[in-house]
Amino acid sequence: MPAMNTRLNPPTKLAIQSLLAHGPVDAAAIDRFLRTHSFPLIEGRNATFVYRGPGDQVNLRHWVFGLGSSQPFTRVGNSDFWFHTLELPPQSRVEYKLEVILGGVGTWIRDPLNPNLAHDPFGANSVAHGQGYKTPAWTEHDPEARPGTIVETQLEGTPLGTQRVSIYLPARFRESRRYPLLIVHDGGDYMRYAALKTVLDNLIHRLEVAPLVAAITHPGDRIGEYPNNPSHAAFIAEHLLPFMESRYPLYAAPAARCLMGASFGGVASLSTAWRYPGTFGRLLLQSGSFAFTDIGESKRGPVFARVVEFVNAFRESPGKPSDKVYLSCGTYESLIYENRSLVPLLQSTGMEVKYEEARDGHNWENWRDRLRSGLSWLFPGPLWMVYE
Amino acid sequence: MTRGVLLGPQRLHPIVDKAADMLGIDGRIAAVTAGWQEREAEDQELCAALGNRAVNLMLHARAETAFREDPELFAAHRAKQDRLRQLQDLYRLRLASHLKAARRVQQAQAPRDLIESELEEAVQAIRLLDAHHVVKTQHIQRDFDRKVKPLERPAVVKQLKEIEAILADCAGVAIAGGHVAVLYNRLRLFDLGPRLADLPIIAWSAGAMVVASRIVLFHDSPPQGRGNAEVLEGGLGLFPGVVPLPHARRRLNLQDPGRITVFARRFAPATCVALDERCFIHFDGPRWSAGANTFQLRTDGHLVALH
Repeated sequence: MPAMNTRLNPPTKLAIQSLLAHGPVDAAAIDRFLRTHSFPLIEGRNATFVYRGPGDQVNLRHWVFGLGSSQPFTRVGNSDFWFHTLELPPQSRVEYKLEVILGGVGTWIRDPLNPNLAHDPFGANSVAHGQGYKTPAWTEHDPEARPGTIVETQLEGTPLGTQRVSIYLPARFRESRRYPLLIVHDGGDYMRYAALKTVLDNLIHRLEVAPLVAAITHPGDRIGEYPNNPSHAAFIAEHLLPFMESRYPLYAAPAARCLMGASFGGVASLSTAWRYPGTFGRLLLQSGSFAFTDIGESKRGPVFARVVEFVNAFRESPGKPSDKVYLSCGTYESLIYENRSLVPLLQSTGMEVKYEEARDGHNWENWRDRLRSGLSWLFPGPLWMVYE
Repeated sequence: MTRGVLLGPQRLHPIVDKAADMLGIDGRIAAVTAGWQEREAEDQELCAALGNRAVNLMLHARAETAFREDPELFAAHRAKQDRLRQLQDLYRLRLASHLKAARRVQQAQAPRDLIESELEEAVQAIRLLDAHHVVKTQHIQRDFDRKVKPLERPAVVKQLKEIEAILADCAGVAIAGGHVAVLYNRLRLFDLGPRLADLPIIAWSAGAMVVASRIVLFHDSPPQGRGNAEVLEGGLGLFPGVVPLPHARRRLNLQDPGRITVFARRFAPATCVALDERCFIHFDGPRWSAGANTFQLRTDGHLVALH
């Protein structure tokens, strides 16, 4: 295991320790240090973050569950140079910001020395890549991959009112063929922040995923619609699904219908399948917000009240909502306990379950990076047989 | 001995026209695009690349027509394919343990000479398994031929006559890639191996795989599964002595000498040839030569240019 090797063989001395080893550090030495390294500086299991600029205090603010969410930097002497070294296991991906406090006012900024950014609906964060992490090539534009197309449509008269749906048709789409259907929750965010279209184009081009049609949905009020909302489930199962099967050449069989979602979208996927058993034979659930209580009240607040109510009911009586479920979660998420807990429960229903963890957080690039594994397991492509 | 040129993928940088020139094909070219399945007729780019002198044999559509006209043939063919699939699954189970053993021997901490002799035996076991598998697939195919007699059935005879009429007017054959099992089955259903043998053949990707003596399926790092290369069937055997490996750079870990050595030794004395874009091997009688940047997977684990 690489992790074991690096633990056993850490760098003899970190670069920051070498810089500080010989007493006071002058501005020229700091300049040289900044010029000759990239940041955060990854050395084995250690990541050294630095900041140069005015401040009374600098903190690393991150979303790694289990670590203090605010990690104070150390100022070097009386200089404007600050650093903090954090353990960062191999293959990790950590999104973070720097909090610079000056005159009692704290400002969160992206790391000026780190060009790696991850975007989400709230803006962008800096990203630290642990040793060995590499952005998967299949998430990036491949000029050789034939692009699919997106068709915009509106569904009127659904229980949620008029709903916008973006429909992904794979490259070389033909009416005479039959395709599986992937229904995506938070579809716009999956497209924007998890490169969903590029990923589908690439994985289909590489023959790793079967050509499929995706219905990419756009929630209005996801906090209201997603946690076990009967109107949402009816929209998906009674309006969107029949619409898609009447309009496009789809295999009208549970094994060819997948609900997919992350976070609350995972709850929406599972709860819809639970309300319509025998309809959706495939589920792709990423970092689902599957909060539950064994006793007493949940501490996650009112937003989770209906989630907890649903997950508790589901745990009590899961039935068999689907046939094959891919589940993933980041080990740096607060939801890791809930997702791990769900695995044996899902397995006990007779469903085939594949569960994967990654050293990552509750974010879109984590969900992007797991798509190859999830989609190729649920809808395997003809990779083994086709040589074009 | 059949003359021919085996090529890598042709989609982005086609050299089929150069291959036709190499073979001196002067006249119409029979195109086989059955591996494209229902897209078989979408051959405009191919026809253009061949100088608009191709005539598509439409083997996929012809087989579908024959199956439609002869339900008994269709049922028997499907039963045969089911049996082949079941056999492949069982072979795959045994193969996994054989390959695992070879890899564990390679990684063992022991004197070099001991590892080498144990590895040789591990590879021999895989070769034996592969050979037995090919024999078993041939039994299933021959059993089907004997019982069903496809070439005597009117639905097939009608198509075959039309195919032979087209071939009589052609100076060469071009066999495209696609789904390798479908392509092989269509060629086999109409017994085209011997019928094509007298014409110069250009074949690429899955097309190159089916005209060899063994059809080897491969991918070192699929998203699911172990990536154990496996033999599908024996192939048409028109170009013996090579194992064509289209898209080798994408499908094989060519930086891993351990994997290369097991792969190459497993199929020796056949030469494992990486057929990427612009690569080719040219058969001129019993001899063959390779194009620039066409590489061989050598038994010592290295990749060497054949040119």
